[in-house]
Amino acid sequence: MSNQRPWWRPDGFLLYAIIYLTFIYLPVLFLPLFSFNSSKYIAFPLKSFTLKWYHQMVNSPSMLEALLNSVKVGLIVAIVSTILGLLAAKALTRYRLPGRGPVISFIMIPLVIPEIILAISLLILISQLDIPLSLWTVGFSHSLLCTPFAMLVLISRMEGFDNSLEEAALDLGENGWMTFWRVTFPIVLPGIVASLLLTFTISFDEFVLAFFLSSTDATLPIYIWSSLRFPTKIPAVLALGSSIFVISFFVVSFAEWLRRRGVKLESTSGI
Amino acid sequence: MKTSSTTAPHHNSGISLARLFQTSEAVRGYTLLSPTLLALLLGLAMPLAVLFTLSFWIQDYLDFIRTFSLKNYIDFFQKPIYGKILIKSIRMSGLVTLATVLLAYPMAYFIAFRIQHNKLIWLILITVPFWTSYLLRVFAWKLMLGYNGVINSGLKTLGFISEPLEFLLYNPAAVMITLAHAWAAFAILPIYVSLEKIDRSLLEAARDLGENAFITFVRVTLPLSLPGVIAASLLVFIPTVGDYVTPSLVGGPSGIMIGNIIQSMFGKALNWPLGAAISVISMLTVALMISLFLWGTQSFRRKVA
Repeated sequence: MSNQRPWWRPDGFLLYAIIYLTFIYLPVLFLPLFSFNSSKYIAFPLKSFTLKWYHQMVNSPSMLEALLNSVKVGLIVAIVSTILGLLAAKALTRYRLPGRGPVISFIMIPLVIPEIILAISLLILISQLDIPLSLWTVGFSHSLLCTPFAMLVLISRMEGFDNSLEEAALDLGENGWMTFWRVTFPIVLPGIVASLLLTFTISFDEFVLAFFLSSTDATLPIYIWSSLRFPTKIPAVLALGSSIFVISFFVVSFAEWLRRRGVKLESTSGI
Repeated sequence: MKTSSTTAPHHNSGISLARLFQTSEAVRGYTLLSPTLLALLLGLAMPLAVLFTLSFWIQDYLDFIRTFSLKNYIDFFQKPIYGKILIKSIRMSGLVTLATVLLAYPMAYFIAFRIQHNKLIWLILITVPFWTSYLLRVFAWKLMLGYNGVINSGLKTLGFISEPLEFLLYNPAAVMITLAHAWAAFAILPIYVSLEKIDRSLLEAARDLGENAFITFVRVTLPLSLPGVIAASLLVFIPTVGDYVTPSLVGGPSGIMIGNIIQSMFGKALNWPLGAAISVISMLTVALMISLFLWGTQSFRRKVA
């Protein structure tokens, strides 16, 4: 079949791929461009190169506080939703459960209702219970949203899991906890790392739930939202956005490098 | 779970509970599931129940009149503006979904069938633009379409226009373009996965039996990739139909969607019960649209296959 032809063979498909990539990259590339532009108006023509917005970014306590809040919430959400997802994934892959289908659908509900409805339902409940809004309420809502993602990632890692490994450990006299720690955990670890990364990312960028469920402590998306109304604040926000982008690029490259190294080690150590 | 606990012998319940735990898969499974289910009951089932209840109450300044009333639902159907905006939102995000999926399909096909090595690199390449904050990605379109934006400056420099075009931003089309861009990766990935799963020998068989490339695509590749197309459509349609960030940033007055109405009921307009009723109606309408869509794709698959 067509398997022998190289992918760069010039034809309609390649042209389409190039246009498509341009479409998804082009708008986003203007963001870092304007973070180096010395005019405080985000408009053409460009003026001159400057680093002052990066300087302003590092010297903006409210922005850094919002960043810190987002990191804090993201870390807690990543841990909580990965634990909840892990328990659910383990239960659903290890045991034959009556009502498995409905349980899965129930856990997936946060994925299939628009976020704004999730947000206002939680807002109503929280206000009826007289619980004050804080970063904790934001974290709680993010954990709900992230649990189905964590569960999906972990189920796909666990589906091929050989239960006889656990049974062997139990037969050899390990207790349930040690079996989990020394047998199950190392095998599922890549899934756990993937789940932590994914849920942190979702929480870090989540705006709608945070908008309705936070009080005075802003998360980063809320800070960005409020600065989009003040044109003078935008260049520093673009500087921060560009910095975060570069950091995530390195994190993903590092994760991919680790993964490849892991694959190589697995294939060379011949057990 | 219920069945296994009722079949347990009642006479020696002290010992049998422990034994039940060890022998019944269902009990152990549900014990393991209980923290997750409890969190979701608290944070999902209860809030939705409260939302439903609130939709039958009435706003009374800063408080609610807590007696059953259909007033909000009657309001919704009497003031045509809400229904109109709901229908407009569904039409807009339906078009966004259609455009996103149609544009994503050839790209996913390219990666699945043309790229032999390092497919992961290509997938990462697709997702890189989406590592930027969602709000900034939407803002980027303001830069593209704005008065002094990329398109206007470009056209001016090239001499096609003398004054910037003002109709580019703040309209439904701007909202739809921005949404189609913002959700592109969510369409490509599921379609790619379903294309990648297709057994290549099926395609060779179709070609060997004398079908041409187009018929092979329509009768083999497309039906087999339908699960991915369906997943992609839902992943784009559900979040975009309730979005209010994009309409408020690039939509202008003509581009508002039902999410903006719901948001204003919980903000400036301060009518939570009406907001709750609009949410309930929107949710039911979206669920109906999704059922129709799934039914439609099912019958398509049966007809083709």
